[in-house]
Amino acid sequence: MELIMSILAGVLFTAGVYNLLQKQMLRIIIGTALISHGAHLFILTMGELKTGAPPILDYDIEHYADPLPQALILTSIVISFGVTSLLLVLAYRASKENGTDNMEKLRGNEND
Amino acid sequence: MLFAVFLPVLLAIFIPFFSKWKEKIHTGYFVLLAPLAVFIYFVPHVGNDFSPVSQSYNWIPSLNIGLDFYLDGLSLLFVLLISGIGTLVTFYSIFYLHKSERLDQFYVYLLLFMTAMFGVVLSDNVFVLYSFWELTSISSFLLIGYWNYREGSRYGALKSMLITVFGGLSMLGGFILLSIITETTSIQAMMEQADVILSSEYFGLILALVLLGAFTKSAQFPFHIWLPDAMEAPTPVSAYLHSATMVKAGIFLVARFTPIFSGSDWFFVFVSGIGILTLVWGSYMAVRQTDLKGILAFSTISQLGMIMSMLGFGTSVAIFAAVFHILNHATFKGSLFMIAGIVDHETGTRDIRRLGGLATLMPISATLAFFGTFSMAGVPLPFLNGFYSKEMFFDASLEIHESSIAFANVLAQAIPYLAVFGSIFTFVYSMYLVFGTFMGEKKLDQLKMKPHEAPIGMLVSPIILVLGVVIIGIFPNLVNSTFLAHTAEAIYGQPMKAKHVEFWHGWITPLYMSLIVVGVGAVLAFTRKSWNSIYSFFPGKLSFNKVYDFLVDQSEKASAKITNLYMTGSLRLYMALILVAILVCSFGVLWITDGFAFDTTGLAEITVHEILIALTMAVAAICTIFTRNKIAAILILGVVGYGLALLFVVYRAPDLALTQLVVETITVALFLLCFYHLPNLRERTEKASQKLINIVISVAFGTLMTVVAISAHSTKLFDKISDYFLETSYKLGGGDNVVNVILVDMRGIDTLFEIVVLGIAAFAIYGLIKLRNKKEAE
Repeated sequence: MELIMSILAGVLFTAGVYNLLQKQMLRIIIGTALISHGAHLFILTMGELKTGAPPILDYDIEHYADPLPQALILTSIVISFGVTSLLLVLAYRASKENGTDNMEKLRGNEND
Repeated sequence: MLFAVFLPVLLAIFIPFFSKWKEKIHTGYFVLLAPLAVFIYFVPHVGNDFSPVSQSYNWIPSLNIGLDFYLDGLSLLFVLLISGIGTLVTFYSIFYLHKSERLDQFYVYLLLFMTAMFGVVLSDNVFVLYSFWELTSISSFLLIGYWNYREGSRYGALKSMLITVFGGLSMLGGFILLSIITETTSIQAMMEQADVILSSEYFGLILALVLLGAFTKSAQFPFHIWLPDAMEAPTPVSAYLHSATMVKAGIFLVARFTPIFSGSDWFFVFVSGIGILTLVWGSYMAVRQTDLKGILAFSTISQLGMIMSMLGFGTSVAIFAAVFHILNHATFKGSLFMIAGIVDHETGTRDIRRLGGLATLMPISATLAFFGTFSMAGVPLPFLNGFYSKEMFFDASLEIHESSIAFANVLAQAIPYLAVFGSIFTFVYSMYLVFGTFMGEKKLDQLKMKPHEAPIGMLVSPIILVLGVVIIGIFPNLVNSTFLAHTAEAIYGQPMKAKHVEFWHGWITPLYMSLIVVGVGAVLAFTRKSWNSIYSFFPGKLSFNKVYDFLVDQSEKASAKITNLYMTGSLRLYMALILVAILVCSFGVLWITDGFAFDTTGLAEITVHEILIALTMAVAAICTIFTRNKIAAILILGVVGYGLALLFVVYRAPDLALTQLVVETITVALFLLCFYHLPNLRERTEKASQKLINIVISVAFGTLMTVVAISAHSTKLFDKISDYFLETSYKLGGGDNVVNVILVDMRGIDTLFEIVVLGIAAFAIYGLIKLRNKKEAE
């Protein structure tokens, strides 16, 4: 199963990076969101996907799923949520302010 | 010696205080103390029974770098030259520079330079030598650019800086190699290991690097181009730095390392070859100049070439002649520069075409100039020191030992002829200089002011120097046994008898050579106008200045071109470059270290519902690329997020699934909220080639991540730490939910800063929304 998950993560990265290389700001944000999904899946796969109980202690259970990647992903989800929402508002403001959401047009002034 | 070296800089600290009173008393009088004190300190060392003195002070003991000073004959000659001429130049500058100039800056730079030069010639440690060496470059840069409002000064300063620092850095490279090979940083200790250095496989490189430093500093061909442009400096500076002291630092360096390098034939080939070439080229080009200081600059270049070539010959006669000429050149060239400055000061021009017939108006300067130039030309008169050094030079050029390199032998055969050729032109420009300025018709109408004799204070220094010319000329043996013999001995590396110099040797070859020089030179000098047009054929438009300008210009243009090539302002391109770099490095490392591993043992079972979720997610992710409806795009992104949440459920991560669901919901809501105001997704308009590149990059990146994931999964090097968390979660953390215990207890700091991140994002979003530009506010 890890192989399939690795490939899925790869597909998410591919789609994310392709979106990242676009001109439109929205597509770039979609790209970053996809990449963070891919990264979370990647971390989860790096632990073990073997079936074990959820890491909530119980006296009868021997095998648990790996709790550490889960903690890391949880932190990461929250941070990427914060970053994505900031990016969104930033994109909104930037396109309002500049009248365009085309990254190719949003270049620095040569004389700055 | 430490105090002597640093005395000028210590004095420089007080310059701002002295210059407060500069209206009453010229700052230069205070400055005079430093070189004079050093001169008086070192003079007692002159004598028959001189023996080297060495002193050490700690600086960086862990790197074996200390302020080690070593005073032998060679250092003594230079230290006396620097302090002696330094005193005279400072005295001269008091009358040359008006009180309205920025005197404090001038003298601070000058004192800095003195310390640097003392340090260069007295250091025994290669790295200390290098430090002072660069300090001379820096202070020279400051002094050349002293009148920084002039374009020419800035150009000359930058040029000299670039060339000498280029040489200085290569010299540092040579020093580092030397110190690694010999495991010492002391020059004297290196000399004892000369055979180790000579037999080292890096010897060629060391020789080239160190000589490059010496050649650039001493304005040897083709690095001579900075010296004529350095003439933009005030004349006292030109007289001091660019004739008597700093340009001899390269000579000093070659002389200092002669005991180590002279065993090599390549040393002979390079040092004498470049030296003689510089002599010929410098004297040939000097005749072409029209600026007094320009003539003197090329003359300095050619005289330095002569000294350099004599050091290259390496015979005892040649080395003694070189040492003798270092002293002689400093005396007559210093005085000539000062006289050029006087002429400039009193007439307002240095253009020799507008000067003439000044002898009756400025009799003292004219007399001094005659002594100086005749000595420089090597006219056979018994009271001119230049003649002795020239004759010794011819003598040395005839006595070059047989060498094992064929090229060196050819060079050795050609040297006497080249020497005579260069000396003829030396004679020509010397005569041109002195007769063009002081004899012939007066052209007073072309001068800015009415010329008259300079104030006596300005004449004192050149008079002293010319007295030196004459005294050494009449009693050449006065300085030989007491002084120069020790210097020559330090360079030659073996005890050496003082050479007895006499005016009359009898009818020998060097004398005939001198007579040829005077004869042919006189004819050429007085028919100069008729053959002057040869310069438009050779070198014509060829010039090393053009090469320098081209290089500087091109390096600027090329770097601008390269930067503009990739710094286009397009974020897409930057992203692509970053990704390509990651791809190249990662695949490269995987390839080189054979990092790819594939191991199917211990994998989890494949189940149908997981595959279905994965397929849905993959299709949804790819669909985001093709959709043109923004609402659809958000919803498709939501499919990926919820799919991930489902996977978290499957893989026994309830907290993750919960968070992912909530976050995904909020994100989708946010997107919807935000996108309402945003323009709709446009059709992707990139070109087919662009599209292909994007596809290649993104597929390659996805493949990389998959490959990395598979490889990492297939190589488990260590047991995981999670068992510890599982065991101690309840005992130490007091909780059953291990993930939550990790988040708030075991790795609580992560959580703290994650909260901070959220807080900052919230504030930033609030600020962005509240922010209104003027247009919106209205």
